[in-house]
Amino acid sequence: MYRSKINVTIRKTILDPQGKAVEHSLKSHGFDSVIDTRIGKYIELMIDTGSKEEAEKISMEACRRLLANPVMEDFVIETEEVN
Amino acid sequence: MSKARAGIVVFPGSNCDHDAYNVFKNILDTNTEFLWHKDGSIGDRNIIILPGGFSYGDYLRCGAIARQSNLMKEIVRFADNGGIVIGICNGFQVLCEAGLLPGVLMRNDNLKFICRTVTLKVENNKSIFTGEYGIKEEIRIPVAHGEGNYYCDDETLTGLIGNNQILFTYTDNPNGSLNNIAGIQNLKRNVLGMMPHPERASDEILGNTDGRRLFESVIESVL
Repeated sequence: MYRSKINVTIRKTILDPQGKAVEHSLKSHGFDSVIDTRIGKYIELMIDTGSKEEAEKISMEACRRLLANPVMEDFVIETEEVN
Repeated sequence: MSKARAGIVVFPGSNCDHDAYNVFKNILDTNTEFLWHKDGSIGDRNIIILPGGFSYGDYLRCGAIARQSNLMKEIVRFADNGGIVIGICNGFQVLCEAGLLPGVLMRNDNLKFICRTVTLKVENNKSIFTGEYGIKEEIRIPVAHGEGNYYCDDETLTGLIGNNQILFTYTDNPNGSLNNIAGIQNLKRNVLGMMPHPERASDEILGNTDGRRLFESVIESVL
């Protein structure tokens, strides 16, 4: 069994209004050293397959076909074996 | 009697389906049926409407789940063969997710759900959707969305402009959309997506009929 932890974020070149609003709020709480804030989604998949490579491949395909929209989003996948 | 046969697609969470049905059926006296998202076929319909609403609760991304439905696969085939498809609001988001229109609708830049009547400019009246309007005519149409901020890459935008695919723009941009884009058509000119709701501005009793001519244009284009 494998677990893929997937982070989907708005691409760096695109304004993330939600991130900006939160950044303003952080500043007003005194977090002056925070210079950028991006908000994304965390998705966790449990994958019942034989190898880590296969689990990574499935995760990649899931991101490409459904979990992320390449026009506006980037994604990072971390796959690990679990018992 | 027109040969137009409208099909209004209903997803779980659609909420402007009856408004669209009312315009086609009762105001424009057109043969109209609802199509359930699980249907395997669009039957004899020759105009497909993807209505506004919150299909599948807007989970994951607006329109991302709806576009996976059985019926959408049929609608993509229908559109690829030149069939007329109109996506309004959530329907526009579904069309972008399905790849029938380029780009994506992102969160409004002010993060607010905007629900008010706005002024649109008709940028191209040579389409089957806008033939009844004047060029650069300004019309008043309601918007109601949280994710109407149209975005695409530079290359796509250049194509949209060069091919006269931008049909409607906002005169006072409410949501941050690129180039004030409110509605676009595809390259083949048979698919329209727009965030504003012309079906909410088609009945005289509601005090504004600026949207009605869009549907009249489409119905007339079906010979």
